Amino acid sequence: MANRINTKLKEDGKLLSIYFTAGYPKLADTVEIIQQLEKNGVDMIEIGLPFSDPLADGPTIQQSSTAALKNGMTTEILFNQLKDIRKSVSIPLIIMGYFNPMFQYGVEAFCKKCQEIGIDGLIIPDLPVDVYHEEYQEMFEKYGLINVFLITPQTSDERIRFIDSVSNGFIYMVSSASVTGAQSGFGDEQQTYFHRIADMKLDNPQIVGFGISNSETFEQATKSAKGAIIGSAFIKHLNGHGVDGISAFTKTIR
Amino acid sequence: MKTYQADEKGYYGEFGGAFIPEMLYPNTEELRQNYIRIMQEPSFKEEFDQLLKDYVGRPTPLYFADRLSKKYNTKIYLKREDLCHTGAHKVNNTIGQILMAKKLGKNRIIAETGAGQHGVATATVCALMGIECIVYMGEIDIARQAPNVARMKMLGAEVRPALSGSRTLKDATNEAIRDWINNPVDTHYIIGSVVGPHPYPDMVARFQSVISEEIKWQLKEKEGRENPDYVVACVGGGSNAAGAYYHYLDNPDVGIIAVEAAGKGIDTGESAATSALGKVGIIHGSKTLLMQTGDGQITEPYSISAGLDYPGVGPMHANLFTSGRGEFISITDDDAMNAGLLLSKMEGIIPAIESSHALAILECRKFKPEDIVVINLSGRGDKDLNNYIEYFNL
Repeated sequence: MANRINTKLKEDGKLLSIYFTAGYPKLADTVEIIQQLEKNGVDMIEIGLPFSDPLADGPTIQQSSTAALKNGMTTEILFNQLKDIRKSVSIPLIIMGYFNPMFQYGVEAFCKKCQEIGIDGLIIPDLPVDVYHEEYQEMFEKYGLINVFLITPQTSDERIRFIDSVSNGFIYMVSSASVTGAQSGFGDEQQTYFHRIADMKLDNPQIVGFGISNSETFEQATKSAKGAIIGSAFIKHLNGHGVDGISAFTKTIR
Repeated sequence: MKTYQADEKGYYGEFGGAFIPEMLYPNTEELRQNYIRIMQEPSFKEEFDQLLKDYVGRPTPLYFADRLSKKYNTKIYLKREDLCHTGAHKVNNTIGQILMAKKLGKNRIIAETGAGQHGVATATVCALMGIECIVYMGEIDIARQAPNVARMKMLGAEVRPALSGSRTLKDATNEAIRDWINNPVDTHYIIGSVVGPHPYPDMVARFQSVISEEIKWQLKEKEGRENPDYVVACVGGGSNAAGAYYHYLDNPDVGIIAVEAAGKGIDTGESAATSALGKVGIIHGSKTLLMQTGDGQITEPYSISAGLDYPGVGPMHANLFTSGRGEFISITDDDAMNAGLLLSKMEGIIPAIESSHALAILECRKFKPEDIVVINLSGRGDKDLNNYIEYFNL
């Protein structure tokens, strides 16, 4: 069976992907958030496995992670919450988290569990492509998981080519030199970067993340990329409106 | 030959490496490609050595502690890093890194600090070189360490509070890393210990290796031999220990003793003894031993000594522990405080509480009368006076 991510990437149109932190605002919100997002036309979901020390994230995601951990979220609980998710949800699901919790769970056990549940891919910001390629790629592929790598405006062409060669889904294009969190629009520098990457004609499509917060930034980001990921802006919306406000949020994007 | 030094990918055995988000790759890669070459340039070495001599006050004495030796019936030497400018070994590293930053064309320095010692050492060299300096410090530590915050401000540094997580050292480190992600081109991050992604553990160990380089010739002068029977140092992240062990790592004739902070006791839940309580994992870009929950969340350590309460150890030390090359001992708050008081009364030296942990092993670890034991006295006790006052009702 083809991976749901690959199937989705072949569809026409731009993809809207949403990140949320599992276990936030409430421990048991995970499944409902996923169902609501699919119902409201979101194409793909990143489920954040919270970590105590999320280096690549800004204050919004850090706070939601701290709160989720306080709520009692663990790897085991997340897997339990997701065990029947494929009975009700059919869009691609990706788990995004830092390497240490996966390492403690056991990387192979983690991959196996993801396959059982029907997780399609992983994003692990602090697992570098070199280490993945040497130590884990075979294992991920054995369990049918797509691993997604980040590139930034500072990533060299040579390294982007290498990342493209190791990837088999999409490339997560970080919009600017920053941690996660909304900023006000994209300037010339970002546009140049978006064009540079588009001109490289990579094998894997690109999805832009970091700094997407509304329909304007979504449109700018997806002019040359296949889609965009929204994280912090969605979490802020959850803060104010809770799970019931999801349809209001997705309507502001497209 | 088996070596306990880092390999070219920054691994000490299974520990080390660079587990960093892609956003940090260009920053660390630039350092990785250049640090050894720059350190070996004659102009770099000359300036580094000159500053260590004229500014830091090196070489620091290797002092034979006569009364202490008689009390414990063995030959005890103290390596007096407490006599370095700014009061601890930390400045050896910050001098090296500020020169490195200049060679790399950086004009902005960031650092993390727990107790404030590394922050002060960084602010000091930034003042020396006239470079902008921003120090991240946990909000809780800022309140606990007011004198060091004032020092950094006098030296012209900006102290930014880390408001996330537990608001202590590990969060200050996270904030500094985030700053570096946001400022990838003009900024150098001066990490204060042998922790973090490759090449930091190796680079910092090399800058601190001047400690054991001096011990070798100083001991030769005094005892006619370069090698002591034991080198003892306290380990938080482990930079003073890395420097004291460095030139002895691959010499099996020299015993290596690492002293960790047991806090209120290893089983109390208030401890920083990573070798006893930690498991392999990833912290701040390095695979090493760290204190964490079963679920892989990093936990908050405790020690009376602010310099030892880091939840991990540098990868060099993780490898020394698991390979058995190093002997690891943990010392409680109480035993460390008493050892600090004893050194003050018997030798007229008030040690930092970090260093008091290393001294405290003399009570529990027996040495032979003919053994030569070098204890690295990493810092002086001025900064800890309030702790000593409270503890002993002085």
